[in-house]
Amino acid sequence: MSSSQHVASTSFKAPDSSRLQLNEQGKLRHFLTTESLSKEILTEIMDVAESFSSVGDQAVKKVPVLRGKTIVNLFFENSTRTRTTFELAAKRLSADVININVATSAASKGESVLDTIRNLEAMQVDMFVVRHGDSGASHFIAQHVAPHISVINAGDGRHAHPTQAMLDMFTIRRVKKEFSGLKVAIVGDILNSRVARSQIHALNTLGVEEVRVIAPKTLLPLDTNSLGVHVYDNLLEGIADVDVVIMLRLQKERMSSALLPSEHEYFECFGLTQKKLKQAKPDVMVMHPGPINRGVEMDADVADGTHSVILQQVTNGIAVRMAVMTMAMNHQVSDQP
Amino acid sequence: MNIHIKQGYVVDPANDIASVTDVFIADGHIASIGSLPDGFRADKTIDATNKIVSPGFIDVNTSLREPGLEHKATIASESKAAVSAGFTTLCCSPNTIPVLDSTAVAQLIIDKAANANFAKILPLGALTVGLKGEALSEMYALKGTGCIAVSQAPSTNISPRTLRLAMQYASSFDLLVILKPEDAGIKGDGLVHEGVMSSRLGLTGIPVSAETVAIAQAIALAEETECRVHLTGISTSKGVAMLARAQYEGVSVSADTYAYQLQLTELDVGTFDANYHVSPPLRTAESRDALRAGVASGVLQVSSGHNPHDLDSKLAPFTSTESGVSSLETTLSSMINLVNSELLDWHQMVVALAAGPAKTLGLEEGHLSVGAVADVTIFDPDATWIVNNEQWHSSGLNTPFWGETMTGQVTHTFVNGRLVFER
Repeated sequence: MSSSQHVASTSFKAPDSSRLQLNEQGKLRHFLTTESLSKEILTEIMDVAESFSSVGDQAVKKVPVLRGKTIVNLFFENSTRTRTTFELAAKRLSADVININVATSAASKGESVLDTIRNLEAMQVDMFVVRHGDSGASHFIAQHVAPHISVINAGDGRHAHPTQAMLDMFTIRRVKKEFSGLKVAIVGDILNSRVARSQIHALNTLGVEEVRVIAPKTLLPLDTNSLGVHVYDNLLEGIADVDVVIMLRLQKERMSSALLPSEHEYFECFGLTQKKLKQAKPDVMVMHPGPINRGVEMDADVADGTHSVILQQVTNGIAVRMAVMTMAMNHQVSDQP
Repeated sequence: MNIHIKQGYVVDPANDIASVTDVFIADGHIASIGSLPDGFRADKTIDATNKIVSPGFIDVNTSLREPGLEHKATIASESKAAVSAGFTTLCCSPNTIPVLDSTAVAQLIIDKAANANFAKILPLGALTVGLKGEALSEMYALKGTGCIAVSQAPSTNISPRTLRLAMQYASSFDLLVILKPEDAGIKGDGLVHEGVMSSRLGLTGIPVSAETVAIAQAIALAEETECRVHLTGISTSKGVAMLARAQYEGVSVSADTYAYQLQLTELDVGTFDANYHVSPPLRTAESRDALRAGVASGVLQVSSGHNPHDLDSKLAPFTSTESGVSSLETTLSSMINLVNSELLDWHQMVVALAAGPAKTLGLEEGHLSVGAVADVTIFDPDATWIVNNEQWHSSGLNTPFWGETMTGQVTHTFVNGRLVFER
């Protein structure tokens, strides 16, 4: 296929995300967003992750599932935790991994995203793990990569962070067993959070009883209800009787851009303490995608307390990413006619 | 050359004509409507049975990209596209490189347009030097070169104080001021309408207040400075209501909406489709319906909002793409769509596309009175066509309608009585 034909045939209509993420058999081939994926696929991700979860406990932490495959961690935005867990996940699957930090290389020389992708494609890689500051960047790349390459979204702007959401679902399932009947509260910067959007879609698809979001109006998107959540601006009311509390990270720049007055006031209103946590169910789980700002989103007693599963989330992240990579790699579309 | 257009359905709001009749053109002017003028011998006869004969369409604000961005489009390519779509007059937006803020650039555009020899092209002088919103441009000199109006659009980068002074100065020379009603501070780095889609896709929203605050400011300043103002690209229902009230109260403020805004809504952005990245953003169905009603009532005119781009400008993650639609060639079909849905009649459509803009700009075109210059468009309202390379003339292929079947197509376009397009 010549590149000009490729451009002309793909530049005018964007397919909807479910069609883009699934192959003709309805199996996951790209993982871009939790929205529009079925309960069966989300459950399959968790089941496969469960089967991989013991790999990290073995003396030889490797399985030969993706031997001979090349995975490129393509990070247009800085990240330590997410990139590291993706790298570990790929290595435990025996794949070859290359880390490219585009934030400090090609993009700063003016190369377009499409040219970066074309160049890496020419090196015959099998999978892109993409983080980009623009919402929709992973969709764009998935629309334009060669058919035999899979794209995993490792966070795009404020849009989606589906592997983070699925490791959270996996963590909840391990503790609570079932999703039905659960009340889950997400607290903090919903407006700017790709994690929150992906969690909301996944929680609703998996059938929890209620998803609540708790934030001041400056950190809530307009029409938040349309995402399928109940909105609270009071923390104590919002976490009353919930089974899971997910705290979101607060970026420092929210203060300088007049969305909030101060960290102090934020902690007063929306920070989680042991005392406030008493409003929730006695066996409440406290989660956070990290990194935590202690004394802003929660105090140390909560972060390190008995309800916290924050470090389990990190461990589970590797198994979930192994699962997603394996599933997508198995369902690639062949280039051959 | 004498032309006889036979048995078309002639729509001319200025003369209250909407009936099947004949049009006679002689020496570049309308010689007669209905009756054969004495001694008239046709050099060319056009059978317009089942077609509509209308004054040529007038576009208040078109981005032509030349000089400076010829990789996107040229005056020749876009003026050809214009006449193929029934437009006989285009106002060239000052967003060229260099900016159209000097008589030299204005003259260059006039010369290029004369060479292309399709549509009439009227330059719009920049309101401020470089469209930077700081120093006033030499408006008197620009008017002398042929600028029909001064415009700050598409830039919104101007302080209320500078805008007020620029409007005072422009009104000294009875110059119309064209503005894009969008408050840059409220818009911030917004990309799409603030609503369900911005929430879902995590794209920064542009609140309705970005438009209403700017409209309120423009109305207040127009009242105070007695400057004639035209606001281009209205997108919200609240904006339509504010304009209806201001016009009722006698403020000299006219406005237009872009034809594609009458058809599309925020939901069309779908999954980050950059062809729907437009400015102002596509808004709710409720706003779209209010825009349609605003056109029907005459509060709003319709312009193309034409913004041709090269392919690369749309081939990037949504946030990094350029905004705009190449829309000259789909404007007529968008309007016919409304007529077929009985939301507009032919009279209202021609007011929106020709008579209204002519009045705003103070042009002698826009009607088919005997003796008027013969800028005439003939179109088949029932013809269907597919938006593809065979039909398309603009260099910009950036249209959300690519590959779709449209209804209504121009068959003949006359500029000054000269047949400049035929299909």
